[in-house]
Amino acid sequence: MAIEPRKPPSQLLPRLQRALGGRAGWSGFVLQLLFVAALAWISYEIVANARANLQAQRITAGFGFLANNAGFDVSQSLIPYSGSDPYTRVFVVGLLNTLLVSVIGIFFATLIGFLVALGRLSPNWLLARISGGYVELIRNLPLLFQILFWYLAVLAALPNPRQSISVFDSFFLSNRGLVIPKPIGQAGFEPFVVAVLVAIVAAIALWRYARRQLFQSGTVIKVWPYALGMVIGLPLLSVLIFGVPVTFEVPVLRGFNFAGGSRLIPEFVALTLALSTYTAAFIAEIVRAGILSVHKGQMEAGSSLGLQRGSVLRLIVIPQAMRVILPPLTNQYLNLTKNSSLAVAIGYPDLVSVFAGTTLSQTGQAIEIIGITMGVYLLISLVTSAIMSFYGWRISRSMGG
Amino acid sequence: MKRISLVVTLALAVGLSAQAASAQTLKTIKDRGMLSCGVSQGLPGFSTPDDKGNWTGLDVDICRAIAAAIFNDATKIKFVPLSAKDRFTALQSGEIDVLSRNTTWTLSRDTSLGANFTGVTYYDGQGFLVKKSLKVNSALELNSASVCVQTGTTTEQNLADYFKGNNMKYEVIAFATADETVKAYESGRCDVFTSDVSQLYAERLKVANPAEHVVLPEVISKEPLGPMVRHGDDQWFDIVKWTLYAMVGAEELGLTQKNVDEMAKSDKPEVKRAVGTDGNLGEQLGLTKDWMVRIVKAVGNYGESFERNVGSGSKLGIARGLNQLWSKGGIQYAPPIR
Repeated sequence: MAIEPRKPPSQLLPRLQRALGGRAGWSGFVLQLLFVAALAWISYEIVANARANLQAQRITAGFGFLANNAGFDVSQSLIPYSGSDPYTRVFVVGLLNTLLVSVIGIFFATLIGFLVALGRLSPNWLLARISGGYVELIRNLPLLFQILFWYLAVLAALPNPRQSISVFDSFFLSNRGLVIPKPIGQAGFEPFVVAVLVAIVAAIALWRYARRQLFQSGTVIKVWPYALGMVIGLPLLSVLIFGVPVTFEVPVLRGFNFAGGSRLIPEFVALTLALSTYTAAFIAEIVRAGILSVHKGQMEAGSSLGLQRGSVLRLIVIPQAMRVILPPLTNQYLNLTKNSSLAVAIGYPDLVSVFAGTTLSQTGQAIEIIGITMGVYLLISLVTSAIMSFYGWRISRSMGG
Repeated sequence: MKRISLVVTLALAVGLSAQAASAQTLKTIKDRGMLSCGVSQGLPGFSTPDDKGNWTGLDVDICRAIAAAIFNDATKIKFVPLSAKDRFTALQSGEIDVLSRNTTWTLSRDTSLGANFTGVTYYDGQGFLVKKSLKVNSALELNSASVCVQTGTTTEQNLADYFKGNNMKYEVIAFATADETVKAYESGRCDVFTSDVSQLYAERLKVANPAEHVVLPEVISKEPLGPMVRHGDDQWFDIVKWTLYAMVGAEELGLTQKNVDEMAKSDKPEVKRAVGTDGNLGEQLGLTKDWMVRIVKAVGNYGESFERNVGSGSKLGIARGLNQLWSKGGIQYAPPIR
């Protein structure tokens, strides 16, 4: 039995790799052309098929439905909204609710995250253990479960409005949410706002001036008494001259619910709590890793200059750690925004709930609505990334890196 | 879990574009050997699974009747539980062949959703469930109340109309599934749970202390519930439509699950046409001559199905009311089967 000569190894795979690797050459060009053509053909098939199916089912394609009346109400809206408004307004209401819960969630997640990270690195044994326990507990439980926990176990356990917990008969906490007095602007409102703004700007200017003096001539100017005086004094002056800026509309229990006042609905509170505590656990680990990535010598150098631990962290360690922290931190912000769509489980009227949910089911325009919703989330994510990149660019520039 | 629901919607939206245009639903079902039927996620009396996973209910019986008419086997069904919000997308995309899920027939749903209602299985209306301790006697006393509702329903829109029409304020909290809605109502987040009256009775069975809750007398809307099929396949539309009429017609003729074999030997011309010993009505639909016999054997006539699932034979104990036959004071009526 003769042994057949061994075939030479197939050249196809390496050639394909070379072609897709972007090497110049005739074969690479042909392959890329084929790839683009296939892509174009698939997209054409999808569009044509969708159109044929929609026509067969006599569903009107397009965005005309957005001008129709919505006909349903929403529990929380940042802009005036009623059932007789068009779907476009429902979209805006949902989008604003999503942004509201995301922005507030990001703020608290960052705050809690940094505090927990610092706690975990703290030399205080108890604080470090508590922070570590927090991270391990929160990070390892599913988010949806946590949202339902806050909503169904914690907030729903509050008393009904008639037995609500009240503070000074103006703040009421019940299973309908937190009701607080609502500020109503009076004649003195605008001067008051101007006074506050002027005071803040002046205080910042003063602080910067003092800082420059410190760096240039080494003279220490005590700023805070002046700043505090301005921030309290100017608005006070405005009140004396122009009258009170706001009066408060105190909520009263009438019928089933409170009338008047402003209200934080439990759905919003539960969602914000769950999103910020959950994301904070991840942020804490990111921040901790960032801080640990800064060489120990930096800390020791700071201490040997006589700086306190807090100052070393604030002035030396964290600015360097930020370069490491920022990219994964951005990811967490994006996650939080996207996770806010879990709102649907507890009836918080976010974009997915009112637009990709109710509106979709009422109009049946699945392709259009899912398309718009995906586009919006993509846009929010890209804008968030852009802001964070800009911030990162500023940090690296200020550090000369 | 909810993210999955978005993913499903998304997949269905893509499916809508990928599935080949097909007008041959019956053939597809026969090839598959199974009817795909969209039902609720658990509504006692209408569509609910027992502890062994067997689905029962009035809406389920419609699907069982269709499967019996096609396969002579009422178990060849894949039940797809759907939330109110996802149901139409599932139908549009071809995921299910028929949607039999306590769905209200409205003009806009009949047109713009790309689907057709095939008839009315249950004449319903919207009502309110409240706690007895609130001492409310009428829906008109609900000013400033918090109302829990399931999203993606006509209920949500009727609610807005009713409170606006009566110059009352309210707060609406909309949930994706019926269970979440009832849970929120039970926990005290809302004063009122609103839905179709039949559903209120069914959901009341699920709360901890049913006797502490009361359905208010007002019925604020017409809610004719019925099965739905996709536009574009008239034969399939006819089959689903006449399956329901076969059940109602069987009750009119006095055909029951017990006597159907005997009645098949009857000499009465109208019974002969129905059971297929005279003419070929079933074949005209694309089914077999004995299609009605198969249906009645599987699920009984409309009255039997009603009493077994929601009427006197069930925990719900709902009276026939509007759903009685036209000849007995109701409005259930089948066009002539001839």
